[in-house]
Amino acid sequence: MTTDFITTTAQSGSNPWSYILPEISLGGLALLLLVFEIVFPKTLKRHIPTLSIIAQLGILVLTVCAAMRTRGNVSDYFYGMLANNTGAQFMRIFFVIVSILVHGLAMISLKKQRVPRTEFFHIVLVITAAMMLLAQAANFLMLFVALETVTVGFYILISYYRASPLSLEAGLKYLILGALSSGLLLFGIVLLYGVAGNPDIMSNIPLSEGGFRDPLGFERVFFGFTSGINPFLANTGLLLVLSGIAFKIGLVPFQIWIPDVYQGAPTPVTAFLSVGSKTAGFAVLLSLLRIIVFTPAAKVVVPFLVVMTFATIIFGNLAALTQHNVKRIMGLSGVSHAGFIMIGVLSMISVMSEEGYKSGLFTAIFVYLIAYALASFAVFGVMALVAGESDAEQELSDYHGLSKRSPFLAGVLAVGLGSLAGIPPLFGFMGKLLVFISAFQAGLYGMLAVAILGVVVSIYYYFGWLRAAFFQNWQTPTTPSDVPAHPADRIRVPVAMKALLAVLALASVFFGFYQKPVMDLLVLLRLA
Amino acid sequence: MNPFPVDLLLLSIATPLAAALIIAFGAHKKLALFLAYIGFSVPALVAVYLVAKFAGAPQHHGYAFFTSYDMGLAAWGIKLTLGLNGISLGLFALAGIVGFAAGFYALQSGAERLKYYLLLLLVMQGGLMGVFASVDIFFFYFFHEFALIATFIMVGVWGGRDRNYAAMMMTIYLTLGAMLSLAGLIAIYIKSGAGTFDLIALRETIAAQPLSALVQKNIFGILMFGFGVLVSLFPLHSWAPLGYGAAPSSAAMLHAGVLKKFGLYGLIQIALPLLPSGAGHWAHILGVLALCNVIVIGFVTIAQSDLKQMIGYSSVMHMGYAFLGIAAMSTLGVGGVVIMMIGHGLSVALLFLLATSIHHRTQTFDMAEMGGLAKQAPVLAAFFVATTFASIGLPGFANFWGELTIFIALWGFSKWMTIAAVAGIIISAIYGLRSAARVFFGPQSATFAKVAAEHSPADLRWSERVPALVLLAALLLVGFWPKIITTPLNAHLNHAPYISQK
Repeated sequence: MTTDFITTTAQSGSNPWSYILPEISLGGLALLLLVFEIVFPKTLKRHIPTLSIIAQLGILVLTVCAAMRTRGNVSDYFYGMLANNTGAQFMRIFFVIVSILVHGLAMISLKKQRVPRTEFFHIVLVITAAMMLLAQAANFLMLFVALETVTVGFYILISYYRASPLSLEAGLKYLILGALSSGLLLFGIVLLYGVAGNPDIMSNIPLSEGGFRDPLGFERVFFGFTSGINPFLANTGLLLVLSGIAFKIGLVPFQIWIPDVYQGAPTPVTAFLSVGSKTAGFAVLLSLLRIIVFTPAAKVVVPFLVVMTFATIIFGNLAALTQHNVKRIMGLSGVSHAGFIMIGVLSMISVMSEEGYKSGLFTAIFVYLIAYALASFAVFGVMALVAGESDAEQELSDYHGLSKRSPFLAGVLAVGLGSLAGIPPLFGFMGKLLVFISAFQAGLYGMLAVAILGVVVSIYYYFGWLRAAFFQNWQTPTTPSDVPAHPADRIRVPVAMKALLAVLALASVFFGFYQKPVMDLLVLLRLA
Repeated sequence: MNPFPVDLLLLSIATPLAAALIIAFGAHKKLALFLAYIGFSVPALVAVYLVAKFAGAPQHHGYAFFTSYDMGLAAWGIKLTLGLNGISLGLFALAGIVGFAAGFYALQSGAERLKYYLLLLLVMQGGLMGVFASVDIFFFYFFHEFALIATFIMVGVWGGRDRNYAAMMMTIYLTLGAMLSLAGLIAIYIKSGAGTFDLIALRETIAAQPLSALVQKNIFGILMFGFGVLVSLFPLHSWAPLGYGAAPSSAAMLHAGVLKKFGLYGLIQIALPLLPSGAGHWAHILGVLALCNVIVIGFVTIAQSDLKQMIGYSSVMHMGYAFLGIAAMSTLGVGGVVIMMIGHGLSVALLFLLATSIHHRTQTFDMAEMGGLAKQAPVLAAFFVATTFASIGLPGFANFWGELTIFIALWGFSKWMTIAAVAGIIISAIYGLRSAARVFFGPQSATFAKVAAEHSPADLRWSERVPALVLLAALLLVGFWPKIITTPLNAHLNHAPYISQK
């Protein structure tokens, strides 16, 4: 094996290590940060996060190059461990950007607490690298290891504010439920291994190709499904694996951890969970799509997904209605957003099962993800700045008079929430529109009706938040104009953060009008 | 053809939006005011210019000033396609003129944090110009929604009584209506098989292969109720009086005067031509609901004592006439609806403007606490009485031609409905004249006498007169010379074989 590996590495022009150069550099950077923490004098230590961001910008360039190189040329590398899955290259770029944005939020948030800082960024980098590998996983072993790296990283990050009981509680909840879902996932993988590794089907397998060699490879599992041996075990296994993924995405009934964990976790981690971890779940779902759609398992699995999607949209929106804590609102509305993306996935599934694979099918999902990420980070950025001493207790009432205390933040909040609610001309609307069109094309009318009601309900809590920010504490005609009610409350926004938020908000507005750059990117990555 | 180096339709949309963007980036107050002047004037000038040039302009499938831009979703059949036809020309002009009046009224209003108020109003104005300039039905919807966040904040921050509740209620209702309409538009897009939102292509595809009766029935139903919420069709109207009652004057002017016409415009420009048999199926239900608008809401209007709420209800009532014109399902009815929309848009905007001016002088909207204002403010009184006449539908004003045409068209559809609708005129005469009498004539109430003693109410200032004059002049122009609207309208409707000729 080893010699075999070395010879291939030496011989081939397409060195598999070079494909995962971005992931390697992220891991290296993570280790380097720890070294810096020890070596640097105190004055320089402050700049470690900035250094990390600059290095990641370099890695971003590297990732884009790697993605461009990989997109159409290779199907799999590392003997079928990793593959160029649908959307994998998009996800890699996406995760690096998410990591940079999380760094930005953390630089604001961590300052307000007395906690060590460098370790936080270290873990974020490791998780990011793991997510990028997860998106390319083509083998259940790879999938599990990458997913566990992500989950273990989050165990630490969620309870990072160790002085806050809510943060610790959140960490514990995530630990227990995360371990449970990992257990389900692993059990599912074992069942699939049993099916795909069954000696009875060995005789029919073309052993030459990489993906087929290992009974844990997706190709081999796919083959196991189509060979029709013991469909009960196979379907159960797939359902268990999907439940592990549903935990990451936050689909009902695997969403119970979300409100408490989102509330207790530090704000940047909440953002990371709601954008990064959720998208990672979708990345895995997309890479398993072949097994879900083109095997007899579809008849069993797809109805489950349909019911879960219905429940997710309804639950997410109704549960968010009664919340007063903004982090819980973001968590529960994030649940409903996962439902909207699932509508896109399901309409894709139904079109694919009739007409086969077409690259244009994925556009809606990726546009939605981009819009969701842009808007979410704008809102989380505002939250990080508005938050007081206690990170877990960010109530709607903390936002009273925000339009006076900082018109800039109020404006960014309006754009971010409007985009999440899906109001034109903001980019979030485009995501919703494309998902609706896809659902219509697939004939999912019931789902469309629920989605429309979901949007109407969501207006109440998103605009309720805006109401808190704009309407309250405003009616003071006696005060002279332009003097805030509590001048001490004026929020100071660092210039870099101001620039970042302005870019996020403007991107939401600009892409709402003019989608060409986004579509060009998707076409470049062969996704539109 | 176009002597200017830019596409004028695009210019009229982009100018207010660009002005808003610059204000958002912290233009100081003087620059902000200057930009707002530009942002409100350019669309109005473009509108007037294009109305004048329309007759001679070369046409592309019935649309003059036609242009098309790819914004990135051409693969999905979405392109920013702009143009004006006989129906949209008048409404585009309406948007420009009412926007101009509302903007100028806001500029002199001295509202707290005027800069941000103007910003939101400019966003709304840009969207409104886009609604009626769009040939692509996706962008038609897209531009309409510009107003949603802007109105929410304007009502909530600068609004009057009950603004907190009104803002939320209005926004939820409007989102419901908008989402239903969006579903209907997507349904047309998918079911027609044209694969595009371009109205011209949709018409041609559907003319070649009409949709099945069942599909038409379902889609028209969705669109009717979706647009119905937006136009305050009975019984989905309750957001309108409440919202308009609470909204600051310029926002109410734009919303009631122009934005509300979106739903009616959608029905006559999109739903009727594309789904004729669906419309036939729903026509009677629509007619009955519209009559409820006229009669039931008419009586509710009489009972109002709050001036602004009364105007809000009267606008709901007049929407009933417009719906009746649509229910009549004839070329004549559609023509009547267009004139009605223009007349009503101008007159209701003027009424909201004058109501606020009255409020400045009496410090109240309660009509029971007013009286005798005509002595101190004769010009204001003259404006108000003239507008009330227009709103009732007296000859000489635009509304008259709209209502008359609708009644004639309706006679061919249902005789009893026509009689009931004509009776509605009496209702609007009752509340209209009574409100004029209670505000301007008769003895002063004790409360108003006290207010008047403290601040002697002055007559309309010039900064208020200019926007009011513009609106009144437009009303009279269309009233005395309806040809300015009807010539292009006739040309369009006569060449539109898709509406059943009656």
